[in-house]
Amino acid sequence: MHDGQAPFYAIEVEHLTKKFGAFTAVNDISFQIPKGCIFGFLGPNGSGKSTTIRLLCGVLQPTSGYARIMGRDVVKDTETVRHSLGYMSQRFSLYEDLTVEENLNFYAGVYGLSKAVRESRKQDLIRMANLEGKEKKLAGTLSGGWKQRLALGCALIHKPDLLILDEPTAGVDPVSRRVFWEIIHALARQGITILVTTHYMDEAESCDIVSFILDGRIMDHDTPQNLIAAEAGARNLEDVFIRRVERATGHAVSGTFQEMRFIHETES
Amino acid sequence: MRRNRERSADRIQKETDGRNPVWPLFSGIHRAGRFLPSPKPAKRSLLSWKRFAAIVKKEFIQVKRDRISMAMPFMMPIVMMFLFGYAVNTEVDQVPTAVLDLNRTAESRAFIEHFAASGYFRIDGFVQNEQEIKTAVDADVIKVGLIIPPDFDRKIQRGETAAPQLIVDGTDPTTARTAFNSGMLVSEMATRQLLDERLKQLGGISLKAPSVRVTTKVWFNPEMESVRFTIPALVGLILQNVTLMLTAFALVREKERGTIEQLIVTPIRSFELIVGKLIPYIAIGYMGFLFALSICMFWFSIPVAGSLPLLLTVGFLFVLCSLAMGMLISTFAGTQLQAMMGMVFILLPSILLSGFIFPREAMPPLIAALGNFIPLTYFLEILRGIVLKGVGMPFIWKNTLMLGGFTLLILSAAMLRFRKRLD
Repeated sequence: MHDGQAPFYAIEVEHLTKKFGAFTAVNDISFQIPKGCIFGFLGPNGSGKSTTIRLLCGVLQPTSGYARIMGRDVVKDTETVRHSLGYMSQRFSLYEDLTVEENLNFYAGVYGLSKAVRESRKQDLIRMANLEGKEKKLAGTLSGGWKQRLALGCALIHKPDLLILDEPTAGVDPVSRRVFWEIIHALARQGITILVTTHYMDEAESCDIVSFILDGRIMDHDTPQNLIAAEAGARNLEDVFIRRVERATGHAVSGTFQEMRFIHETES
Repeated sequence: MRRNRERSADRIQKETDGRNPVWPLFSGIHRAGRFLPSPKPAKRSLLSWKRFAAIVKKEFIQVKRDRISMAMPFMMPIVMMFLFGYAVNTEVDQVPTAVLDLNRTAESRAFIEHFAASGYFRIDGFVQNEQEIKTAVDADVIKVGLIIPPDFDRKIQRGETAAPQLIVDGTDPTTARTAFNSGMLVSEMATRQLLDERLKQLGGISLKAPSVRVTTKVWFNPEMESVRFTIPALVGLILQNVTLMLTAFALVREKERGTIEQLIVTPIRSFELIVGKLIPYIAIGYMGFLFALSICMFWFSIPVAGSLPLLLTVGFLFVLCSLAMGMLISTFAGTQLQAMMGMVFILLPSILLSGFIFPREAMPPLIAALGNFIPLTYFLEILRGIVLKGVGMPFIWKNTLMLGGFTLLILSAAMLRFRKRLD
């Protein structure tokens, strides 16, 4: 799979399964993501995306199978894996009562960076997030886009090889969303592998590889272009996504408002 | 997405002040290439001082910005000590009393005078019949009714036993008990004196009957003021409450705000996280202890009879113990509200069972035994021992040992529960 010294894949997942009691959240999934790729991880809510991410971070123990990050096993080598991992959660886990600078300082300290390294990276990250002049502002007073980019900064301060973004653009305005994706693409160009979950299909289409996960199983794993081409009549990834869900559940995904007669009834 | 990118380019320019938003990131620390692994240390020490320091620093900044946390170690001693020091007073005197004097003689008036002079009773008025006493007690105007029978002076003159009646409202047992006891005492003294005078009138001689009298001496709190019992204990109770509360909140806050999600994917070890987070609260809890102790010494003028350094040392141990309890609560609670509810389970028994107000000697053995599982019980004995009795290590080492044992036990339980993994 890799030549020992320099693994080709940033993420290798083999027969990974996670059960919570009788419920199987992640069901025998396998995939590989080459380094420097942007990997879009798609699926409806509750399909097993977050559980997979937690398994990759070594926060949850897999029931069976294994996952490797940068060639290192996430269970046996958890601490090393965590040093090469940047994570940004849905809720932008910032300390709102700390300033922009203090948030960055804290995560720099958590990853054991020296002061010199910290200061130079902090400057770069503040420039990246365009937070210059806001260093002394409390994170809680920033608006969504700034918070999101500060959270990204905190996830990048230790220079991770793999960046995991769990719905990073949920609840952020379109302009900030675009700026954020510009940053993501630039990071990938510098060799950072990115795993991103999203419900925005335009974002997913700009990924190098996407996976559909449904009920804990990987349904597809290919480039967005190939996926659209393979699905007859699909114009975009959104069509592909909806067809997949329809096929898996056996129900047409459409509005059922007609059935709600009371909306049209006049009250007596 | 790619197609639209050019169109929104000008908006991006606006958002980013016209500068290239990103690049290059990490200038000067160039990556070797896409497929080369970046060297990372494989082996790591058990504890990283950098990580540890980062947590301590962060927590200190957060506490500093949290006004309520900063005010608590000062507000709680002030409020609680003044409340308990002035409002809660188990000494009963000046009990409102009504008198029904059916005798109306010099003897009966002298007897009533004894009651008034004792200080325990305040004669609020004289009534004409028993019904009036009942009405006054019902209306909560008086607590005690004193009825002197018509034959009071005659019985005394004949050397018989006079039988005045003391009616006590037993609703509040503390008041009733005091009124009852002091009533007995006053009437005994009054009768003795009346009898003495009578005998003198009769024969000019004083009857000297052989008698045994116990001389009593109360140590450590000669005036038997309840303040001297309550206030030093309050120092301990406040110390426990402040530390417990702040600690539990601090740890639960990370869960509630979701920041813990970010922390568990970092290399932080749970040991570093817990101890690092707790250090500021050790400092604050101890500040609260010192402040409460100063109020006790300088406002209530209750000096520390024993060794102050010893008290400060054992106090530190108790701060650690309270901290561990707060931690344990935080491992069960997901929100600050749940933590608050968890605290009630510790605070109430520690007030009731530790001997803070209610003497443990009076409790049924089973209930008193429950108090043995409350660390505050041991600390209160130490506290009262050092402050009031002035005892030293030879008398408190057992309790100190128990306190240390509890601290270790609770701390390990909390650590075990505070696992980094979620499953």
